[in-house]
Amino acid sequence: MEVFLQQLINGLTLGSIYGLIAIGYTMVFGIIGMVNFAHGDVFMVSAFIGLICVLLLTTVLGMSSIFLILAITLLVAMVFTGLVSWTIERVAYRPLRGSFRLAPMISAIGMSILLSNFVQVAQGPRNKPLPPMVTDVIVVMERDGYEVTLAYKQIIIMVVTAALLAGFWWLVQKTPLGRAQRACEQDRKMAALLGVNVDRTISLTFVIGAALAAVAGVMYLMYYGVVNFADGFVPGVKAFTAAVLGGIGSLPGAVLGGLLIGLIETFWSAYFSIEYKDVAAFSILVVTLIFLPQGLLGRPEVEKV
Amino acid sequence: MVHPPVADIPPGSLPSGSLPQVDVPSGVPNGLPGAAPPPPVAPHRGSVIGSAVTDAIVSGLLTGLLLLPLVGFRATESGSGPLGLTYRFGLVAVFAAIVAVLRLVLNLTVWRRGRKVKTGTEPSAFAALVQKAAPALRPAFFSFAIAYPFLAILLSGGLSPSRYWVDLGIYVLTYVMLGWGLNIVVGLAGLLDLGYVAFYAVGAYTFALLSTSVPLNEFFAGHLGEGFWTAWSFWLCLPVSGILAAFWGVILGFPVLRLRGDYLAIVTLAFGEIIRLVLINWVSLTNGGAGISSIPPISFFGVPFNSSDDGFAARYGLDFDSMHRIIFLYFVILGLAVLTALVTIRLRQMPVGRAWEALREDEIACRSLGINTTLTKLTAFATGAMFGGFAGAFFAVRVRFVSPESFTFMESAVILAIVVLGGMGSQMGVAGAAILLIGGMEMLRNLSFLKADFLFGPDFDPSLYRMLIFGFAMVAVMVWRPRGLVSSRLPTVFLKERKAVSASLVKEGHG
Repeated sequence: MEVFLQQLINGLTLGSIYGLIAIGYTMVFGIIGMVNFAHGDVFMVSAFIGLICVLLLTTVLGMSSIFLILAITLLVAMVFTGLVSWTIERVAYRPLRGSFRLAPMISAIGMSILLSNFVQVAQGPRNKPLPPMVTDVIVVMERDGYEVTLAYKQIIIMVVTAALLAGFWWLVQKTPLGRAQRACEQDRKMAALLGVNVDRTISLTFVIGAALAAVAGVMYLMYYGVVNFADGFVPGVKAFTAAVLGGIGSLPGAVLGGLLIGLIETFWSAYFSIEYKDVAAFSILVVTLIFLPQGLLGRPEVEKV
Repeated sequence: MVHPPVADIPPGSLPSGSLPQVDVPSGVPNGLPGAAPPPPVAPHRGSVIGSAVTDAIVSGLLTGLLLLPLVGFRATESGSGPLGLTYRFGLVAVFAAIVAVLRLVLNLTVWRRGRKVKTGTEPSAFAALVQKAAPALRPAFFSFAIAYPFLAILLSGGLSPSRYWVDLGIYVLTYVMLGWGLNIVVGLAGLLDLGYVAFYAVGAYTFALLSTSVPLNEFFAGHLGEGFWTAWSFWLCLPVSGILAAFWGVILGFPVLRLRGDYLAIVTLAFGEIIRLVLINWVSLTNGGAGISSIPPISFFGVPFNSSDDGFAARYGLDFDSMHRIIFLYFVILGLAVLTALVTIRLRQMPVGRAWEALREDEIACRSLGINTTLTKLTAFATGAMFGGFAGAFFAVRVRFVSPESFTFMESAVILAIVVLGGMGSQMGVAGAAILLIGGMEMLRNLSFLKADFLFGPDFDPSLYRMLIFGFAMVAVMVWRPRGLVSSRLPTVFLKERKAVSASLVKEGHG
C-alpha cells in the first residue's frame, strides 16, 4: 500500500512532464498531420536553456529566492525555446508543405540529429548536474518505518502543469487563436479562404507546443537535477507514445496518455524490472498503434482517395 | 474577436499595395499556403538592396538570439564542484555576421525575385548528366571498386601502409550495401523504416552467437574434425543470418504494415530500440553491454589467414601478411554489395518489384487493382531485412566483436540519410551518397589544417561535427532537393519508349 501510494505520486509527476511534451506532438499532428520528430530534442534544448539560466541567476547574479529563480527560468526557457521552434518550422518544415508525405518527417529526423549534436558540440558531451534546488518533502503517511513522501518539487510540477493546462485549454477554446487553430485542424484550405492566416497559426502552434515542452524541460531539470544532450530521444518517444495512446490530435488525450505512460513506467519499474522499463513504454506504443490506432480519446481516421 | 480579413498570402508574394499577382512556381498547387520559395521578406519594387539589407540584419539578429543561450554561455565542469559558466559572445557575433552576410549575398543574387523559376517538368541538369553517363557509370564504378585495393597498395607503396585505405573501402562498402538494402524498403516500396539497424543487429548477433557457441563447436569437432567450425562458421552462418533477419522482418512487419507511413516509421523505430534494449539486458544470452568478443576471423573458404603451414599464405606460396585477410574482407563485402544490387535490379523487373514501385506511388490505387498490399510490403520488408542481416554478419566477422553500442538509432539515421540523399530508389545515387557521406565524414578527421592557430586552434576536433553535418544534410536535402541528388527516375516498365520521369511529376508517400 505504501509502495503503491509512493509510486502513484512519482508516476503522476513523471506523467505530468510527459503530458506537457505530448501536447506539442498532438497539436502539430492535428494541424499539419506530421510527426514532429524533433520535438523531443526541442524539449532537451529547453532543459539546457533552463540550466544556463539557473547558473546565470545563481552564480553570476547571486539570486537566492528559489521561486523567483524558477519563475524567471521558466519564462526565459519558454521564450527562447519558442523562438527555436519557430525557426525550425520556418526553415525546415514550411518549405515542405505540399511535398510528398514523408518529406517533413525526414526533415524532422534531420533536425532532431542536428539539435542533439549541436548541443553536444556547444555544451560538451558530459552530464550536467545541478545542485538540488528544492529539497523539502512532506511526509504523507508512515507505517513500519516506510515513509510515503511528497516532495515540494513534485507539488510544483503538478501545480504548474495543472495551471498551464487550464490556461492552454482556455487558449484553445476561447481565444481567436484557438479558434483559428481548430479551424486549420479541420480544413486548412477552407480556413485560409475564410480569412484565417494559416501560416501564422501553424507557426504559433509550434511556438506554443515548444513553450509547453520548455516548461517540461525546466521541470525535468529541477526534478532529476541533471541533463545530457542525448536526453531528448527517449522522453520524446515516450511522450509521442502518450500522444498516440491518448488519441493523436486530441488535447485531453495527450494529457491522459502522458499520465498513463508515467504511471505505467513507474509501476513497471517498481513491481517488475527497472531494466525493461523503456521496453515496456516502446511496447505500449507498438501495441497501441496496432490494436487501437485512434487511441483512447481520438477519432478514427477516414482514409480518402 | 475580429480576424484580419486578409486572405492568406504565401511568403514571397508581394506585400499589400502592389499588384496582387502571385507567381507560385508551377508544380505547386496554386493557393496552397506556404509552398512558396525561401525568401520570407518580399522586396518593394526599386528597393531591392534596402529590403535585402533589412532581411540580412533581421536574420543576423535572429541567429544571434538563437545561439545566445547555448553558444554564448557554456556550463563547464570544474573538477567535481558545481558547474561554472564561460562566455563566448564573440563566437555568437561571428555566426550572426556570417548568416547576415550570406543572406545578403543570396538575396541579391540567387533568391532575387523575377528570377526564372524552373518549370519543374524537365529532369534537372545534374540528373540529365547522370542519365547520360549512366550506361558507362555502372561498369566504371564496378571496375574501380575491383581495382581499388590494388590501387591503394600501389599508391601507398606496400601492403601494410595501404591498410588504412582498404579499411576505409570496407567501411564505405558496408554502408553502400546497407544503403542498397534499405533502399528496397524506403526507395522502392516507399515504407519509411527507422529501425533498419535492428536487422543489422540480428545478423551480427546471429553470427556472433553461433560462431562462438561451444555445443556447435563440439558437435562439428566430433563429426567433421577439430577446427572445422572456426574455419567455416562465417560461410555457414552468413545465409542463416540473412534468413533469420528476414524472418524477424516478417515477424515485426506483419502486424505493423497496415499502418500509415509515419506511424510505420515510429513503430519500426520502437522495434529497433526494443531489440537494442533486449540485447543490453538479456545478459545470459548476449553478455549485455560488454558484448561478444573472440569471434573467429574470416577464412578463405576454410583456409585460415594465419602464418601456419595450412594457412592461406603458405598454401598459395605467398609471404604471410595480415593484409591478406583485410583485402579478402574487402572483396567479400564487395561481392555482398553487388549481390544486393543485382537482386534489386532483377526484382524490380519482376511482378513483385513492380508492385513495390506501384505501392510507393499510390497505395489506394494498388489496392483497387487487386495487389495484395500486405504481402507486397512484407516481401519488401523481408528482402531489405535479409540484406541487413548479411551486412550484420559481415560486420561481426570484420570487427570480431559485437556489442549493443554499434546498433543505436543513429546508425539507422545514417543509413536513412544515405538513402534519402541518394534519391530514394536510385542505386547509383545511393552508392554515391554513401561514398560522399561516409568517406567525406572520414575525411573530416584528416582536416588537420583547421587546427591551425589562426583558424580554430589546436583543440578543434572536426570529427565531432560529423553527426551535426549529417543532420544538416538531411534537412537541406529535403528542403532543396526533396528527391535527393539523383532525382529523376527511369521507369522500370514502359510503353514504346523509356523516358526519364522528373521528380516533380512523381507523387508518392500515400502509404
